[in-house]
Amino acid sequence: MESSELKRSKDSVNSCESARRSSFPDEVLERVLSLLKSHRDRSSVSLVCKDWYNAERWSRTHVFIGNCYSVSPEIVARRFPRIRSVTLKGKPRFSDFNLVPENWGADIHAWLVVFAAKYPFLEELRLKRMAISDESLEFLAVSFPNFKALSLLSCDGFSTNGLAAIATHCKNLTELDIQENGIDDIGGSWLSCFPESFTTLEVLNFANLTSDINFDALEKLVGRCKSMKVLKLNRSVSLEQLQRLLVNAPQLAELGTGLFSQELTIREYEELESALSNCKNMHTLSGLWDATGIYLTALYLACTHLTFLNLSYAALQSVELAKLLAHCPQLKRLWVLDTVEDKGLEAVGLNCPLLEELRVFPADPFDDEIVHGVTEAGFVAVSFGCPRLHYVLYFCRQMTNAAVATIVQNCPDFTHFRLCIMNPGQPDYLTNEPMDEAFGAVVRTCTKLQRLSVSGLLTDLTFEYIGRYAKNLETLSVAFAGRSDWGMQCVLGGCPKLRKLEIRDCPFGNAALLSGLEKYESMRSLWMSACNVTMNGCRLLAREMPRLNVEARGGMPRHLSLLSEMLGTRQTENH
Amino acid sequence: MSPENGKLLPETDAGGLNFKATELTLGLPGESRVTSDGVAKLGSKRGFSETVDLSLGDNKDSNKLGQFQINVPEAAKSPVSKAQVVGWPPVRGYPKRGTKSCKYVKVAVDGAPYLRKVDLEMYNTYQQLLTSLEDMFSCFTIRNYLNDKKLERVNGIEYVPTYEDKDGDWMLVGDVPWHSSNDTYKTFKRKLNEEALYMKHPRN
Repeated sequence: MESSELKRSKDSVNSCESARRSSFPDEVLERVLSLLKSHRDRSSVSLVCKDWYNAERWSRTHVFIGNCYSVSPEIVARRFPRIRSVTLKGKPRFSDFNLVPENWGADIHAWLVVFAAKYPFLEELRLKRMAISDESLEFLAVSFPNFKALSLLSCDGFSTNGLAAIATHCKNLTELDIQENGIDDIGGSWLSCFPESFTTLEVLNFANLTSDINFDALEKLVGRCKSMKVLKLNRSVSLEQLQRLLVNAPQLAELGTGLFSQELTIREYEELESALSNCKNMHTLSGLWDATGIYLTALYLACTHLTFLNLSYAALQSVELAKLLAHCPQLKRLWVLDTVEDKGLEAVGLNCPLLEELRVFPADPFDDEIVHGVTEAGFVAVSFGCPRLHYVLYFCRQMTNAAVATIVQNCPDFTHFRLCIMNPGQPDYLTNEPMDEAFGAVVRTCTKLQRLSVSGLLTDLTFEYIGRYAKNLETLSVAFAGRSDWGMQCVLGGCPKLRKLEIRDCPFGNAALLSGLEKYESMRSLWMSACNVTMNGCRLLAREMPRLNVEARGGMPRHLSLLSEMLGTRQTENH
Repeated sequence: MSPENGKLLPETDAGGLNFKATELTLGLPGESRVTSDGVAKLGSKRGFSETVDLSLGDNKDSNKLGQFQINVPEAAKSPVSKAQVVGWPPVRGYPKRGTKSCKYVKVAVDGAPYLRKVDLEMYNTYQQLLTSLEDMFSCFTIRNYLNDKKLERVNGIEYVPTYEDKDGDWMLVGDVPWHSSNDTYKTFKRKLNEEALYMKHPRN
């Protein structure tokens, strides 16, 4: 085999390798390594020796690039000749909150051009926070005859015309997943572009689109795609239309409804209820825009095997949620709006013992007059009832150190702890002290913690705790916190596994920035905005670390800087 | 008193007539004469383009000034720091979540034979909203009143977007960040205000 010859002709082998080589054929090694799926395992494997490096790179079919500026597409293609699936991430996460200027970059096109030349049999492309134009989508659609799966998450720059190109040309498409994008929604006719003969679609998610779609085309499409497992509709699809779709697709495992509010006759209601409960494989339910108590009852029978319920578009009250959850004993993941209040969360604690993930979003995040929403009491109630909880995203307007200490005592297995006290710099509302001890408790108790978002009034002590105790922390988000450079220095000096650090509106300056030089080599990205870093500090950093990709922006409204790693092939090994 | 240089008469006592209210200054009707710390605004005029960063192009037919006004019950004022913090709280796609499904508001322009309706949910910035309004009422042009040169001639009709909040104050569109004010719009009216004409042209 060609690959074996190339390997045998390489230089610099050690005696270990020659012994190994003679007794362990490369073909076998490749075959074994092809079973490895984890990127981290593959990264480790590739570092063992030259043979293993080569065997790994020839057997890899999926590449994950966490920062599109860390490596060029040419280098990727040179190292990995047999890629069929690519995941690429672009802009910093704070671009979701309008902190990154327009036209920042992360354009996919250059990558597509290289892929078209080097990976003509590419099957999957998953993009997050990348810029992609309609022209690029069209280029993609015609360049890869085997193309199967397209997933666009938080991307922008394209319109429904681009989707039409995909629907028209991708004859083997199994997945079209369009989530949370800045898409120019010109109209729903793109759905009609799937040919009559097209039957392979398994995943279709257009929940994020706002315009009316061609329902007739959708109904026919769903009817002929018998393998469809995931269907997430947009808001324009009515309850009556939903029922018609479900009747032809009882095999669905994940359903995202459209608008869940409509005047229905009794017969129509019963038909809907029946269609929903006939989906015996359904484990994920979302959409549910504007769902209210009356129509939620139609879901009861369908929820028996539900593991993921996303109610973040349905402003439920506590009683409505409680009644619904009584029918969801298997729930592992729950997303709700804070309209359910603490009483609703008590019901979560009572009804969902298997719960692993909870996200509570604010219904009115920008309105200070709101006195409702959830408090520390709701979070504590959930922690008592759900000991398996390991992922939480919680938006609230008040919190106490004592409550957080109780929560992590009940749930020590947190891997993701994202607490957002919505008023910046707010102290413990009972003691008026900073929230340092809360996050100290989190990092001390939750030894598996990978991701942490802090909020409230925080001194440097919080960051001392984080640096000292958060041994597995990979992602840290900080806003309106800290007192001096020392805080950031503690984090950069500790946290051995830190990969992503995003900071806004904190009093960290050049001394802190420059204290992390060694650290940045092993990180994916650092973001600092509205801090005390200066342009000179950034220049110094760039000079000291020439292999880092440093970007700094001055002027109105704030000084922004972004650093990302550019270390050639090394980046493709790591998450 | 000379409106051009914005000199103001001293304030009267609480019991007397409030001359300040009737004073001509460079500003829109109903615009607060006094800043939040009590200091009288001296002809302070926040340029329209400064507030919403619009480039509205040149208006060749500079004209009699009109206004379209939005009747909006405004929510109680948020603390300034909170309302102006970009990207905080860190929520995505805010208008898509929550109870409010669509925010249709009426738009009326004096002189137009019919009203229109706009869904404020469709827009992410003031600029988008105003562009859309301009399309809807294409016979009228939105003026850039910061550009003083255009104040000179009074031939046709131009409109400046304003709205009336629940206190009855005429507010310039664009002061409050788009997302935080989106909640507060209930109705939307555009009216030509005769008094404003005179206030807009201190040099005439």
